[in-house]
Order: sequence, then C-alpha cells, then structure tokens
Amino acid sequence: MTKAAKKPILRLKNVSKVFAGYQALNDVSLEVYPGQVLCLLGDNGAGKSTLIKVLSGFHEPTSGTVEWDGQEARFKSPKDANERGIATVHQFGGTFPLMSIGRSFFVGVEPTKGWGPFKRFDRKYANETAVREMQQLGITRITDGERLIGSLSGGERQASAIARAVHFGAKVLILDEPTAALGVKEATHVLRIIMQAKLKGIAVILVTHNVSHALTVGDHFAVLIRGQKADDFAKGERTRDQITDLMAGGEAMAELEAELNTLTGTINQIH
Amino acid sequence: MSAKATASKAASKPGFDITNIARRPEFGALIGAVAVFIFFSIAGGSGFTDAGGWASWLNVASEVGIIALPVALVMIAGDLDLSVGSTLAASSMTMAILSGFFGLPTWVGVIAALLFGVLVGWLNGYLVTKTNLPSFVVTLASMFIVMGATLGATRLIVGSTSVTMTADPFFQIIFGNLIFGLFETAVVWWAVIAIIVSWVLYKSIFGNWIYAIGGDMISARATGIPVNKVRIALFMGSGFGAALVGVIQTCIYNGAQVAAGQSFVFNSIIAVVVGGVLLTGGYGSTLGVILGTVTFGIVNQGIYYTGWDADWAALILGLLLLAAVLTNNTFRRLALSGGKKEKKND
Repeated sequence: MTKAAKKPILRLKNVSKVFAGYQALNDVSLEVYPGQVLCLLGDNGAGKSTLIKVLSGFHEPTSGTVEWDGQEARFKSPKDANERGIATVHQFGGTFPLMSIGRSFFVGVEPTKGWGPFKRFDRKYANETAVREMQQLGITRITDGERLIGSLSGGERQASAIARAVHFGAKVLILDEPTAALGVKEATHVLRIIMQAKLKGIAVILVTHNVSHALTVGDHFAVLIRGQKADDFAKGERTRDQITDLMAGGEAMAELEAELNTLTGTINQIH
Repeated sequence: MSAKATASKAASKPGFDITNIARRPEFGALIGAVAVFIFFSIAGGSGFTDAGGWASWLNVASEVGIIALPVALVMIAGDLDLSVGSTLAASSMTMAILSGFFGLPTWVGVIAALLFGVLVGWLNGYLVTKTNLPSFVVTLASMFIVMGATLGATRLIVGSTSVTMTADPFFQIIFGNLIFGLFETAVVWWAVIAIIVSWVLYKSIFGNWIYAIGGDMISARATGIPVNKVRIALFMGSGFGAALVGVIQTCIYNGAQVAAGQSFVFNSIIAVVVGGVLLTGGYGSTLGVILGTVTFGIVNQGIYYTGWDADWAALILGLLLLAAVLTNNTFRRLALSGGKKEKKND
C-alpha cells in the first residue's frame, strides 16, 4: 500500500485560477490516489471551494494542468468530469429535497423499461436500487424508496449522495464539508461511510475545516492558505496542534492569542 | 392471485396510513374540491347538481384545465408563464383571419394557430434561458408584445377587432361540438391532455428532469440534464395548451376577438396553486392540478345557481388561493417531515 506502488488517479500540476484580477488559487499541485483519503484543509476563503470547482469541472484552471490517470485532461463541464468518474457531494447531500429517494438517486441517468413510445421510468428498479445501495453503506433504517430526500436526517442525505456516487462507479469522490452541518453521532456515521468508500478503492477528497474529522479518516493532507498550498504531508507527519496553527495562518494565530491574553488573562490557564 | 397481489402491494407499502395520504401534494386540493362541491350543492340546489350544472362547471374547468396542466409543468420546473392569455387570443385570431377572413381551409387555420402558440412558447423559453432573467418578467413582456401585435395586426388586416368564421364540419365536431347538447368537446381534450401530461410527469424520464430542474437547477445541470432544452420545451407546451383553447373558442363562438383570453392567465395559476404546486417549483402532481381546476370551475359557475351576485365568486377564489398557498407550505413541511416522527419512536 505504499504510495510509490500506485499511480495517482488525479493530479494537479501548478494550477492557478484568477477571477477578474483576484487570485483564488496560486500554483497548487496535488496528487490523489485510489483507495486513499486526501483531506483538503483550510480556513474560510482559503480557496477550497475554487479547488473543488476546478476538480469537478465547474471552472477550468487559468494556468497549470490537470492529469487524469496519467494523461493531461481538460474538464469542460461538470458533466465532462462526471463522465470520467469524478463525483461531488455537497454539504447538504441530496440536493433535491422534494424528490423521492429513488427518483433523486437516478436524476440525469434514469433507468427505463419498455420500448419506443412506451419507454418509461422504471420506478421500482430505481427505488430498490437506491435503498439497497444505502443499506450497503450501513443506513439500514431506510426501507422505502418513495420517501422524500428532505425527510431524511443530514447524515442519511450524505449517505444517499455517496451511495449514488459509489453506484455509478465514481473513481474520485469529492466531499465538500460533509460533516459541517451534522451532530457528533451523525458525523461519525458519515466518517464510517467515507472509510467504506475508501476500502472500495475510491479516491476520496475530503474538504473540511474540522481537524479531528480529517485526522480520523485521512491518509494524506493538504493545507490551503489564501489560495496557496501551505503544507502537504502524510498521516502521522504532523501533530494536531501543528495543523490547527497552520490552518489559522500560523503567526497570525499567535498574535491573536497574545492579543486575547491581554484582554482575558492567559488562555493557557484555561487549558 | 388477487390475494397475492394485494399482499405484495401491502408489503411494498409498509407505512400506509392516513398521514401518508395527507402528505401527498393533491390532498389539499381534494379537500378544497369536495368542500366547494358540497357547499354549492347545498347553496345552489338541484340546478347545480343535475347534468346541466355539471356541464356548466366542467365546461369552464376544461378550458382552464387544458392550459393549467402544461402551465403546471412550467411551474414545477420553477418558471411562470403569464403570456398564455395573449397567446390564446393571438392563436384564435390567427385561425379566424386565415380560415375566415382569407377563406382558407379550416385545417390551415388550425395548424397555423397551434404552430403560433408553440412558437410564442419557444420564444419565451429561448429568451428566459438566454437572458437568465426571471420568467415572470420575460413572459409579462411577451404577454404585452403578443397582445399589442395581435391588436395592431388585426386592425391592419381586417380593420376591426373581431373576425367571424365558420369551421368545416369535421373541425366543428372535434373542437366546438356539444356532447349530449351539454358538454363541450373541450372536456374530452382536457382528459387527453391530462393523460399526456401525467405520462410525461410520472412515467417518462423527462418528468424526473422537470422535478430536478425545479428542485435545484444548478445540480440538475451538473448531472447532465439539458436544462435549457427542457425549459424551452415546457414553455412550448403551455403555448400549445393556450393555442388549443384558442382553436376551441374560435369554433365554439364562430370567430375570434382580440381581447379574448386574458382571464386565463390568472385562472390557470389559481388552478395550479390550489392544486398544490409550490410556487418555488420542484413539487406538485397532475391529479392535484385537475382537482384545483375542478375547484375553480365549481366556484366560478356554482355562484350562478345560488341566486347571489356573481361578484362573490372572485372573493371566494381569492380566499381559496390564499388558503391554498398557506396550506401548501404546511403540506410541504409535512411531506419533508416524513422521517422525523419515526426517529422519535426509535
């Protein structure tokens, strides 16, 4: 399982993205390996969202290259990236709260039965497949594919979206802050599902600013600060405090703490 | 065999109970339709409940329904179409001018009228998807453009604001006949449109796209759904519905009036919203829209059987619309809370 033995499925080389004079990403290089969880860490506005949008085909990089399976690739649209096997799941999971589990599972790739003018949406197959895929990820409470996505809990919604990506053979799964809106228990469920996806050989990119969640499941870590990759390290190479400091901008955090100390007494006494 | 079928049906719906029915989008519309029917049956007496009474509100409902059903699809996809009234008048006038004023065969007028409706719909959809402006504004503009153009062109060509024509017997029978001397053929057309729209929404994959676009357009686009094409097609559908009613009215009234049809704009929206379609899109059913249309027809015509001034019908419709918008929100919450209750029981 050493990194040298494997080829990265997705690689960014010196990628920059400029929006109307604003440099959202600056010379970022990343490698994403099958069966590994890459945690993308960073504070708000660090460029995580832009990076995801480049990876999932919403934006093309201003400069730099994207390599897919060893070959240079240009993702012209989200659909383009999707067809190669890049699936993105957003913070609130299922994006169609008023659709049923079965219907939303197959949006854009609807199964059909019958022929010619009688070709129709195969609701039974859609419901059964969606429920089965969710149950395989450990969400056993869901038995009815007619339930609306909006009636599921936050963790179940994440699970339905991840189950969808797994079912359609995603090779790279991008999870954008999947645990941010969840309670402690629900977040743990989602982390367990991430591990299951990883064991299936999927490359997972976990975007988060929760360091403990990242440390629980991550194999590799990249920290973004103001559009630049500030650090890049494997599991066990940094301590939790080092990561937190880095994410908050290192020196800036020390200054902030010093300033706080003058106002509240030393923070260290509290710890 | 039948026992087995029932058993498997029961097994596939383990949570079947009254709250499941209450969560369906057409539940509010069903209550509304039943309530106004009972109300006018009592207030309107036997005149309202006999065949003549049924024909009275069914005829009104079917003309509104032919437009409301495709408009419902537009609204489920998250758009609005305010131009249906002008399209109706323009299509009606196109038919009357071609087949009446210029004396061309009726089929030429019918096809031209329907094509005109589809064309206005295409234009609406094209402008909405190209400009990314709210469809409310775009179709408000096209409502005035089409209305003005119809008025101007009719005056220019005919020299007045109304044109008479008599349809060929075949078209008179399929569009403008009275079945049993009471029911307009529009009732049959309404049923045909209802079957087609239901098929599109529930059975075709296109229907899944409509719900997805109304639910979240950006995500729908990301999954590869041709969002703009679907939206344009839906506007073409509502344009077709309006034109079909235009053709029907031309046959029934033996001619066209420039000012016809404007009431259909808001009446179709009332029927759709009372039918449980959310104004925000993404949710709704054809059965609900049919019931909403029935409610509209009953209130609109039932009032004449009560002996009261017909003005009160507008008041009742306004109150029903307000009640529908409020209950739609409640039903939406109910529908979304499907899992919460089970969770507490765990």
